[in-house]
Amino acid sequence: MSSLIVENIKANYGPITALKDTSLVVPEKAIVTLLGANGAGKSTTLKCISGVVKPVSGSITWANKEIGGQSPNSITRKGIAQVPEGRRIFKDLSVTENLEMGGYTRSDRAGIEADLEDIFELFPRLKERHKQLGGSLSGGEQQMLAIGRGLMADPQLLMLDEPSLGLAPIVVSQIFETLQKLVEERELAILLVEQNMKMALRVSSFGYVMRLGQIMISGSSEELEDNKEVYESYLGTA
Amino acid sequence: MLGQQILSGLATGSLYALTAIAVVVVFRNTRTINLAQGDFAMVGAFLGIIFLKEWGMNYFAMLALVVLCCMALGGFVERVVMRPVAESDWLTLFTTTIGVYYILHGMAGWIWGRDTKAFPVSFEATPVEVFGALISKGHLYNMAIALLIGGVLWTFFTKTKQGIAMRAVTDDPETAYLMGIPVKFIVTLTWVMAGAIAGFIGVLMAPIIYVSPEMMDEILIKGYVAAVFGGLYSFRGAVIGALMIGVAENLAGGYLGSHYKTSVAFVMIVVLLAFRPQGLVGIQERREI
Repeated sequence: MSSLIVENIKANYGPITALKDTSLVVPEKAIVTLLGANGAGKSTTLKCISGVVKPVSGSITWANKEIGGQSPNSITRKGIAQVPEGRRIFKDLSVTENLEMGGYTRSDRAGIEADLEDIFELFPRLKERHKQLGGSLSGGEQQMLAIGRGLMADPQLLMLDEPSLGLAPIVVSQIFETLQKLVEERELAILLVEQNMKMALRVSSFGYVMRLGQIMISGSSEELEDNKEVYESYLGTA
Repeated sequence: MLGQQILSGLATGSLYALTAIAVVVVFRNTRTINLAQGDFAMVGAFLGIIFLKEWGMNYFAMLALVVLCCMALGGFVERVVMRPVAESDWLTLFTTTIGVYYILHGMAGWIWGRDTKAFPVSFEATPVEVFGALISKGHLYNMAIALLIGGVLWTFFTKTKQGIAMRAVTDDPETAYLMGIPVKFIVTLTWVMAGAIAGFIGVLMAPIIYVSPEMMDEILIKGYVAAVFGGLYSFRGAVIGALMIGVAENLAGGYLGSHYKTSVAFVMIVVLLAFRPQGLVGIQERREI
């Protein structure tokens, strides 16, 4: 049972409160979406889970064990990987080297090799360009690489921070299709942070809407989709 | 004659290149312009004298132990001196290394004296013929070792997990941390590596320039000038710059007179910075310091 339970976490950036009281659940093999406007605390929530930001209070349980406040190194080892906002590809590293760095915490050589092959099969474009520097790829290719790099950690939970940002609509739908495929094939759970709510709700089964560091609404994706006025007001879009 | 000047220029240049590589390794991962880099080598040279004369070690055992000691020194300086100020701006970091520079200079003078000491390894002056030019065995040996170290570093940076991780930390430390790369450990590793390179430089330089607390000052400056050729970032640029300086100063010494030798590196850096402030080789975008 590898599900993620976040309960009442609080987090600060210096004097600024970024998260007031956030709780959410990501069940096994599910895609869960976290929606909200800029500065709502979505990224901070992901960073608390991945260990980059230490929550001040509250608890984060993964597979029935408390992981709140641990280092990214030990959280990655436990099977949680994050694809950061803006992709953050290592520009001066080759595609293959980028992927290898995603698997930094692993030492099972055979497993790493196999996963590398899997990712090249999933994204043939990356295979074609495996020797090129990460910085020379197009935006869509970089997003594929960022997802591949996350998968190299062999996670049971993959967290993606705005994977659609700055990408053409066709590329966005390809990426979301891939995510669905991953959940089916790799028995992966996904926590998705998005501003592109239409796409996000289409692929996910459950969603949360955040505002000012708090979860305001939660529900199944259908419910949220039918509840347009409410979440749109939180997202600050017309 | 010309071939000979170039060849011995390349030999000196290869030692500048090692210094420049050590400078670049540290700068890339810590934004630190490490003025104490030369002093790591100086301490190594003094230790080399002790290991040879007082402990009666053979040359290669001495070399290995000097390198280990300099690695420890590099790691120590990072953990004790640099880490507490690691989040500061570059000027603070630079000034801190000036402190380390003076402390090491002072301690070396205090412990070992300010007089120049001969290194008890004779620098073999017997010339060997290479492509029709004559070069001393000692120079040839230094070039071979420099090339070997270069090869080891290249392999480390492109073929090993820690080496690639070191480049990842250079590229984007936050994301590297997110991937589970222990960024602080990698930073320590860069200083340990700078120490290791310094250990080799100290032992290779000592028979040529003799041993004193100031022995590395001029070489460090040339190493820095070479590093700037690569924008303090590109290893390739630093090595090319170092070899160019080595050859140019040898040619100037040979054809213009030996008192022009020292100023060549400075003329080169002024010209370079005037026309290509981003360095000679390979950086498309200037990174913020």
